[in-house]
Amino acid sequence: MIDVKHSLILVAVMAVVIAFLRFSPFIAFPEGRKRPKVITYLGSVLPYAVIGMLVVYCFKGVSVLRYPWGIPELLAALLVLGLHVWRRNTLISVFSGVAFYMVLVQLVFV
Amino acid sequence: MRKRTLKRAFKDSLPILAGYLALGMGFGVMLQSKGYSFWWAILMSCTMFAGSGQYAGVDFLASGASILTTAVMTFIINARHFFYGFSLLDKYKGTGIRKPYMIFGLTDETYSIVCSAQLEDDINPKNYYFFLTALNHSYWITGCTLGAVLGEFLPFDSKGIDFAMTALFIVIMTEQWLNTKEHLPALLGIATTVVCLLIFGADLFIIPAMTLIAAELLLFRRRLDKTESKEVSGDD
Repeated sequence: MIDVKHSLILVAVMAVVIAFLRFSPFIAFPEGRKRPKVITYLGSVLPYAVIGMLVVYCFKGVSVLRYPWGIPELLAALLVLGLHVWRRNTLISVFSGVAFYMVLVQLVFV
Repeated sequence: MRKRTLKRAFKDSLPILAGYLALGMGFGVMLQSKGYSFWWAILMSCTMFAGSGQYAGVDFLASGASILTTAVMTFIINARHFFYGFSLLDKYKGTGIRKPYMIFGLTDETYSIVCSAQLEDDINPKNYYFFLTALNHSYWITGCTLGAVLGEFLPFDSKGIDFAMTALFIVIMTEQWLNTKEHLPALLGIATTVVCLLIFGADLFIIPAMTLIAAELLLFRRRLDKTESKEVSGDD
């Protein structure tokens, strides 16, 4: 059976750790205090690097060695990329990509 | 103006609506399969608001993991969030009583939209960031709870719908790429993460990747630093 007390403690621990990570920069560099220029610099370039990291992160569970060899992910990603360069409309790019990917994994690469 | 801001935040959050409902439901289904009722899904989605963190959390709960293991593993899985605030020190400045909530709700998805949204003059950015955070949180809570209530009896085959998150990040990356001439940070982010994924494997690559990325960005500061010139006016 579920150990309610221990489970509650674990949820609290996880919530605190996640909040700690998200709050740290704001606590280290509070409003109205001067901060090192290098921090401002990092803040300005990190979004570009982080988004690149997140795109790769999304594919971490994909295996190119096993069927379907990452083909559905590759095709859908290319569609999103192509559509977005062409139309520059986020909703069209995202929802076309999702629909295409769902067809691929549910009907084509089963 | 408030209404326009809310409308814009809602429009920008639509891809996240699809992704969070799908990923949240996946979490809820997993959680209830381990014997936890939907109250646990509500509790966890309200207090943690982290996709990968909550997925791993199901295992910790179900296996009765120790506090130390849970704390260390959660730290490793979510360590990337440590870096997000550095980009938002100015954007979230002066948001007052809403600020703690906005920082609490700093997920990958909210962060990427906040960093890349090009807002018109009639949109209040601080309201926009707040609405975006709250909308995303509400989608996440809804998805997690629905999954736990419905369990295995989902009304349709949602397999693949979580690609919404991947697609959103690809779109944001493309937008960033088209809007700047300096592609080095993006390339460093992608290449470093790929290399770390190959070396350290899917469970351990994030911390080495983020650390290396930060180090590389510092190394290339001379070439990349454009904040110097804006420093005087760019503080607000």
